[in-house]
Amino acid sequence: MPNRPAFAPQYVSTRHRDETAELGMWVFIATEVLLFGGLILAYCVFRHTYPEAFAAASRRTEIAIGTANTAILLTSSFLVACAVDAFTEETRKICVALLAGAIALGLLFVLLKGVEYAGEYREHLVPGIDFSFDDKFANGAKLFFLFYFVATAIHALHMLIGISLLAVIARLTWRRAPTTRHRAALHSVALYWHFVDAVWIFLFALIYLPGRAS
Amino acid sequence: MNEDNYLNAGYTLRSWFFTTDHKRIAILYFASLIFFFFIGGAAATLIRIELATPQADLVSSDMYNRLFTMHGVIIVWFFLIPSIPNTLGNFIVPLMIGARDLAFPRLNLLSWYLFMLGGCVTLFAIAAGGIDTGWTFYTPFSTLYSNSYVAVAVTGVFIAGFSSILTGLNFIVTIHRLRAPGLTWYRLPLFLWSLYAPSVILVLATPVLAITLVLIVVERLLGVGFFDPRIGGDPLLFQHLFWFYSHPAVYIMILPGMGVINELISCFSRKAVFGYKFVAWASVAIAALGFLVWGHHMFVSGQSLLASLVFSFMSFVVAVPSAIKVFNWTATLHKGSIRFDAPMLYALAFIGLFTIGGLTGLFLACLAYDVHATDTYFVVAHFHYIMVGGMVTAYFGGLHYWWPKITGRLYSEYWARTAAVLIFFGFNLTFFPQFILGAEGMPRRYHVYPPEFQMWNVLSSGGAVILAAAYLLPLVYLAYSLFFGKRAPANPWDAPGLEWQTPSPPPEFNFETQPVVTRPPYQYTPDFRAEPQNA
Amino acid sequence: MRREWIPFWHSGLSPHSGDVDLLFIGLLIVSSLVLGLLFFLMATFCVRYRASNQIDRGHQTAKSWHWEVGWTAASFVGFLALFVWGAEIYFQIYRTPPDELSVFVVAKQWMWKVQHTGGQSEINALHIPVRRSIRLVMASQDVIHSFFIPALRLKHDVVPGRYQDLEIEVEKAGHYHLFCAEYCGTEHSGMTGEIVAMEAPDYAAWLATQTPETPLAQEGGALFRELGCSGCHGTGSKIHAPSLDGLYGRPVPLSDGSTVTADDKYIRDSILLPRSQVAAGYEPLMPSFEGKVSEDQLLRLILYIKSLGGRHP
Repeated sequence: MPNRPAFAPQYVSTRHRDETAELGMWVFIATEVLLFGGLILAYCVFRHTYPEAFAAASRRTEIAIGTANTAILLTSSFLVACAVDAFTEETRKICVALLAGAIALGLLFVLLKGVEYAGEYREHLVPGIDFSFDDKFANGAKLFFLFYFVATAIHALHMLIGISLLAVIARLTWRRAPTTRHRAALHSVALYWHFVDAVWIFLFALIYLPGRAS
Repeated sequence: MNEDNYLNAGYTLRSWFFTTDHKRIAILYFASLIFFFFIGGAAATLIRIELATPQADLVSSDMYNRLFTMHGVIIVWFFLIPSIPNTLGNFIVPLMIGARDLAFPRLNLLSWYLFMLGGCVTLFAIAAGGIDTGWTFYTPFSTLYSNSYVAVAVTGVFIAGFSSILTGLNFIVTIHRLRAPGLTWYRLPLFLWSLYAPSVILVLATPVLAITLVLIVVERLLGVGFFDPRIGGDPLLFQHLFWFYSHPAVYIMILPGMGVINELISCFSRKAVFGYKFVAWASVAIAALGFLVWGHHMFVSGQSLLASLVFSFMSFVVAVPSAIKVFNWTATLHKGSIRFDAPMLYALAFIGLFTIGGLTGLFLACLAYDVHATDTYFVVAHFHYIMVGGMVTAYFGGLHYWWPKITGRLYSEYWARTAAVLIFFGFNLTFFPQFILGAEGMPRRYHVYPPEFQMWNVLSSGGAVILAAAYLLPLVYLAYSLFFGKRAPANPWDAPGLEWQTPSPPPEFNFETQPVVTRPPYQYTPDFRAEPQNA
Repeated sequence: MRREWIPFWHSGLSPHSGDVDLLFIGLLIVSSLVLGLLFFLMATFCVRYRASNQIDRGHQTAKSWHWEVGWTAASFVGFLALFVWGAEIYFQIYRTPPDELSVFVVAKQWMWKVQHTGGQSEINALHIPVRRSIRLVMASQDVIHSFFIPALRLKHDVVPGRYQDLEIEVEKAGHYHLFCAEYCGTEHSGMTGEIVAMEAPDYAAWLATQTPETPLAQEGGALFRELGCSGCHGTGSKIHAPSLDGLYGRPVPLSDGSTVTADDKYIRDSILLPRSQVAAGYEPLMPSFEGKVSEDQLLRLILYIKSLGGRHP
């Protein structure tokens, strides 16, 4: 096809294409919100039913790792936001470095999560596998840790997807001159990354903080 | 016939299985859906034959339970939900809005692959031994007691859910961003309003189903879970989460059907749809209110009486926009110039059957009567009037209406009308007796039943055989038309919609030049200029 | 076996079934009117405005606002009336039953097990006297079942993990179908039985012929000792455990400061999950009996505790 334009035939211009892509990502995030929403609803129901058990179970979580992970994730989001800003011909290298930093922090998060899981396994806190907890709160704690593992595992899966997407963008940016198409892609991936970050902030508050106030 | 069209743009398998052309993806979906429709339909026919006598004679109880589960799962997730959006919608939406494709063509293709993957996983679960939970997967039966392939089937549905989400997302973005110049929201054909609203539901409700299914799998694998009453979990929480998706899902199924009816009624009455804005906003209202009625599936479950009260009220409220639509369609006929081509027969059948389905929905929304009628054949009859009488009829109507555009061929009008009439009678004979059975108190999902119920069951089973045969008819004459049908003109119905302003079948990128819209939809001339059969 | 079969209409079979039937007729009339009107209009328009018919098609109703508001309002008001009507009867059907004559129903795959307080038990059948309000206390041993008597227009799910009260009353002697209406597995359609409503003397005679083993409460007492409950809760026990005499129906202050009423549910929870609600002033010492007692045994224990006196609501 001669003079094939830079954008697919259903678009009028590159700008039209990029804005459409961004809208697509927002709609996708709406879907994701409801995915975690269903889970958090279940959490609320059981926390309301077993407040003391949830507090007791929450006190057994590793708040040090949780807090560190929150800081790590917020920092990585900051780096990604900077990378979006640095996405120009002149500052291409900086952009790649920032993305690499964000990826490293993301991997660190997942690693710490793994350490946390291992610790919980050793302390018999995995429901269904040799679970043991103070008898008084055993049932509520089981529900709490079910939520904990399901929610954090799904979140970690999102992290891994996000890390892969960031890696693809970083590689593209490294190898080729920036185009508007890549900018749009980076923009969408950054949105996704910030969303995953925001979800963690909710999970952090729900998992680590109950029973720790006062 | 148009020489350069999407059908002869390539003949290799690659040109089909790696296509990003929305029209070809629609065909892929269409072929897959026929397959799933006949699998689900075969299960239904077996169920009805078994129920012709009160005893068990054809299949064992376990087999019976697997049959109705398979029927429900396949028909709901692999036929009804994707039916109109993914075939007609995929094909028509870009044409209707004057675009050259959907916003995300590759996502569209990915959505089909996910759909097929989900379908294959579900079929594997069925082939490996089946699922006996019913399509609702109620806990704790599904999580702790069922010895069948629940986790596999649930995974299949989970994957298909992502296909739905991607389709919904694609439609939302496409309708927002890709409309032709001059095509304002109030100039959109109502079919698009009726696809936009359920797309929003797809995007917002499906993830809740997804997470619920994940929780089921977790509970099956670990042996403990949120829905396990032994550790203080709540089986009713499952029902809340499940119906938060599955009730809006009913509107995912019926709204696109309503959208098709708007196109058919106005075309064959040669008039604009009466009360355009009311019909358009009724779709949005149904989608929005549809999120607030899920608890009406649980009036006898032990949820609080106050919750039941609220859900009953909301269920009556959501019926109002549906009533508005029915009244507006009837008013559209007034002073029209009505022709009874096959699509119009389907449309009229739809209005009648949908209205019966809707009115019996009021019976079920009514708290005291629901105590008696829920979980009986009354419910079965009610939702089949909506899903099959409404949705499948609309699907057939739309398929006949756009068939010349999709394939470039004309089908036999005589056989099409015969099939429409047969389907109408077969359907009513199958499902009307089930209202009576339900009112008499026959519970659903019963393999054997007390002999008093036999007469109505025999009628219903007889109807089912007629219906099954009637559903096979279109397969025959539509397939025949593909090879021997007359060539279709660009605009056989003399309709003003954009999809008719391009050749049949459309060229690869739909329009030679970007169409510009200057007037509202449905500007029909009172008389046909083109006679489809003589074109 | 004679079975009373009343498909659509029978007033006065139970206090509410007549109301439900009336509601059904009302709904039927409303829907038939709407449907009739609609079909009449559609048929008329289709004939009158068929394309081949040369007829005046001018002066089409252009401005649709009045019509729209008209039928929207009409539907809404009509629906509202039906809603109120249905809701009112619903609240009567599901009102909290008086604690007069209780019968215990345990649902399990795939049978209904019925226990009368006198110790008589039956399977897939429920004998009751006519014209008396009966309180059914229902529990499920496994999955969700649904207790459905079509002739009485009455149904309620039986969800595992909780007790469900349901009031039934039959005005007329006879045999009525009992179905499980919630899909519960392989033999779901075999989980049927019958309600046998009898005149009071016949019922008394029936009760007498059913070799009354020991009354349930008495069996509960035996269990109470067998399971070792009496070791702590019995009089003169050295372990500091709350006495259960006169407990039933009374408010119990809990260690977390709240108060609950010692009803069936509380007693059941205290046996299965003893540490979730500990009575104020006592150590959480009691072990859980989760998995050690069946629903049948639980009912007996509750009846025994009830028999120790207390306030009956």
